[in-house]
Amino acid sequence: MDISTTKAPPPTEPADARPPADDRRKSNSATRPGDRVFLGLSRGSGIVLLTIMGAIAAFLTYRTVLALSDNSGNFFTTFEWDTAATPPKFGIPVLVFGTVVSSIIALVIAVPIAVAIALFISHYAPRKLSGPIAYVIDLLAAVPSIVYGLWGALVVAPHLVGLYSWLDDYLGWTGIFEYSGGAPRSLMTVGILLAIMILPIITNVSREVFLQSPKMHEEAALALGATRWEVIRMSVLPFGRSGVISASMLGLGRALGETIAVATVLSPSFLINASLLDPGGGTFAQNIASKFNEADEFGRDALIASGLVLFVITLLVNGAARLIIARRKEYSGANA
Amino acid sequence: MSTDTVIKTPAPSTLSAARLPRWAPLVVALGSAATAVAIGMVAGLHSRLQWGMIAALLFVVASYVIAARVEGQRQAKDRLATSLVWVAFLLAIIPLASLLWETVARGSKVFDMYFLTHSMGTLGDREVGGGIYHALLGTLQQVALASLIAVPIGLLTAIYLVEYGRGKLAKVVTFFVDVMTGIPSIVAGLFVLTFWILILGFDFSGWAGAMALSILMMPVVVRSTEEMLKLVPNELREASLALGVPKWRTILKVVLPTSIGGITTGVMLAVARITGETAPVLLVVWGTNFINTNPFEGAQSSLPLYIYQQYAAGNSASYDRAWAAALTLIGFVMILNLVARGIARWKAPKTGR
Amino acid sequence: MAKRIDVSGLTAYYGSHKAIEDISMTVEPRSVTAFIGPSGCGKSTFLRTLNRMHEVTPSGRVEGKVLLDGEDLYGSGVDPVNVRRTVGMVFQRPNPFPTMSIFDNVAAGLRLNGSYKKNELNDIVEKSLKGANLWNEVKDRLNKPGSGLSGGQQQRLCIARAIAVEPQVLLMDEPCSALDPISTLAIEDLIGELKERFTIVIVTHNMQQAARVSDRTAFFNLAAIGQPGKLIEIDETERIFSNPSVQATEDYISGRFG
Repeated sequence: MDISTTKAPPPTEPADARPPADDRRKSNSATRPGDRVFLGLSRGSGIVLLTIMGAIAAFLTYRTVLALSDNSGNFFTTFEWDTAATPPKFGIPVLVFGTVVSSIIALVIAVPIAVAIALFISHYAPRKLSGPIAYVIDLLAAVPSIVYGLWGALVVAPHLVGLYSWLDDYLGWTGIFEYSGGAPRSLMTVGILLAIMILPIITNVSREVFLQSPKMHEEAALALGATRWEVIRMSVLPFGRSGVISASMLGLGRALGETIAVATVLSPSFLINASLLDPGGGTFAQNIASKFNEADEFGRDALIASGLVLFVITLLVNGAARLIIARRKEYSGANA
Repeated sequence: MSTDTVIKTPAPSTLSAARLPRWAPLVVALGSAATAVAIGMVAGLHSRLQWGMIAALLFVVASYVIAARVEGQRQAKDRLATSLVWVAFLLAIIPLASLLWETVARGSKVFDMYFLTHSMGTLGDREVGGGIYHALLGTLQQVALASLIAVPIGLLTAIYLVEYGRGKLAKVVTFFVDVMTGIPSIVAGLFVLTFWILILGFDFSGWAGAMALSILMMPVVVRSTEEMLKLVPNELREASLALGVPKWRTILKVVLPTSIGGITTGVMLAVARITGETAPVLLVVWGTNFINTNPFEGAQSSLPLYIYQQYAAGNSASYDRAWAAALTLIGFVMILNLVARGIARWKAPKTGR
Repeated sequence: MAKRIDVSGLTAYYGSHKAIEDISMTVEPRSVTAFIGPSGCGKSTFLRTLNRMHEVTPSGRVEGKVLLDGEDLYGSGVDPVNVRRTVGMVFQRPNPFPTMSIFDNVAAGLRLNGSYKKNELNDIVEKSLKGANLWNEVKDRLNKPGSGLSGGQQQRLCIARAIAVEPQVLLMDEPCSALDPISTLAIEDLIGELKERFTIVIVTHNMQQAARVSDRTAFFNLAAIGQPGKLIEIDETERIFSNPSVQATEDYISGRFG
């Protein structure tokens, strides 16, 4: 075929399934309207995405300003949430506490298990099994959070009574593990449930990193007479450390923002409770979901203000995680 | 000649080392399980969760101690790592199995054709009966509308990033797409609430929910499509360009058809993800017990929201309905997942390996 | 320190694919034995069966015997970890641990095998680096990462790491293929010194190199693609390069194929 005469078809050409090099030829033209339209469309979509992000920040900030200007308490230090009172008084420290504590519990439980499972898939499981196992972990990720919430509240929580009483018997003196009986709808239960929910993302990201760990360094360790664990300690874990960190931060981002599972399991109260096992406390997202239905317009603005804080926190956490991943890519690329 | 030996542990005179037989871990596991059951029964621990934890702990400790005795410290550490990794894996299976089992067992109680084809209507919270037709309808409409918004934007953005994106804009978009993946769903709901309902003054509606869901869906579509487009070998693009085919036609006719399987999979997984979202729907769709076929006007319901509200009603009749709806939702999401993965496998780009 | 290797009837598989078939040979202690042959003839696979690294590749499997001073590497009760500690290996591409310093790289194998006092460790690291002709180049930057060295230096670092644990045998899988001629020469000189202390087996694509460094040379070949590789002959290097007993060897050496 004479390639020099194949020219751009008109831009209105419908996309059909013919081979790319169809031989209808039009007169020569230096510009390619098709290319320009297509580039414009696709670049425009990217800009739409950015605009949405900007709009989220702008609109939430606007309503936040409205809410804060009428707040008689201090947004950052008031331990109450009374938006219907005159004058209204509300603040986020209780929510910060509940959100941070439940997310940390989730991370403490999930990260070691997720790293272990990732290693299991990448280095321990029989090769034929590792595919199905990874699939099972993906299924764990596919379960909607409301179902986790339902299961957590009606199935898991009753099972935890025994464990909590036991913790209370032996560690109750610390204050943190005090348990006074009753339905264990506490931050600890929320943390356990969140741990299960963020397990898949931490596992998957860590697994990817572990699988990429260079074979030649593993072989170097093996050839020195290292056991499997020593191979992992010498060559896989050092290589994957930053990956595990960013995976954990992605998990943290999920845990911080999880709404409905927390709202379902937690029996909230707007106070800071030193005991993690007793009901009480609240998280940003849960507080919004639980209070939204009864809130008047001002109450909603107050909730939006707390939502903005959550948005900023998750933005920072996720941004940091992505930056670590990006840096790692450059680093490993330079060494490859 | 060989130099003076500084090494403390003399080089092993023999290559062999005392090894536990291959069946040892299995025996240790069975032994730990049996001991745990015994302990649990004697101590009167009724939660099987505790039995399992005791068994796991026994297994880890026992395999370490036995290996340390027979095989030495280094092998024992290796065994410890292996057994911990196995225990972690089993630990992850338990919740999934329990969740699926409970949902099926409790959900099948009131799950039938009647349940699928009737709404709640004026039925009281405590009364038996009712169904999810209104919620099912709402979910399908909202998800379809959300996909209509998110898929084209997501696809085009991914194309921009892979095929055109070189400059600063592409970098910024890539970064924010990543960050957007992490937006809490409730924040997306709050945004639509502020912008659409509080400021523009529209009513709660399925469409508002669809907008919030589309915000959650876009980054997922972009990410997965991007991955798939990157898998298309550059040789294909170059072959087409070298034939004088303009770039946009190369993309439409060579790049996209090659990766269509993976893209479909990505879109279906994104659909599965937003189908289960509750929080934004709660904020901007509001929920109703009646059938509302018009997503653009008035409150609607959706499956996740229905589950949440039935759970919140807090009595055995509503719990039964919540579980049955959860069964429907999980079934729907799992089928989407299975089909999506099936397509991915079936349409996987043939790269030779 | 050095031990003799006797291989008899060794066959290695990848899954159901037979990579090498029925190989028998003897490797003398304190000598250099070179493996040559066309690509895919299984010489690297065979090398990796000598320290049980072959079974690390998924579905890798071995039949036959490898005796190290009379003791079978594949005998029951033999721990592959001990085997690899006794039979060291240097790889095609230099692979120092990127997260470790030069010192830690050399000490890596030692630290696995028990605890050492700081000065003991210092002595062994210095001795090993000297043994690898690298000491003078790195003695002032032992705490810098090993990945900062040049390719040739990295490969000598890997040799230092391998000899630090005082193995009986040193296997080298095309150790110079990723290096420039000057670095190659340095490694070849080093091999000449190391054979005083170790039994050395080296796989090489470079026939001049085999002729320069080895005492004995083994020629591997395969009948066709997909067929298992076989040992054609093994003999004194001089004989192989001047007057081989098999026609295929002569064809390969004179460049008529491969």
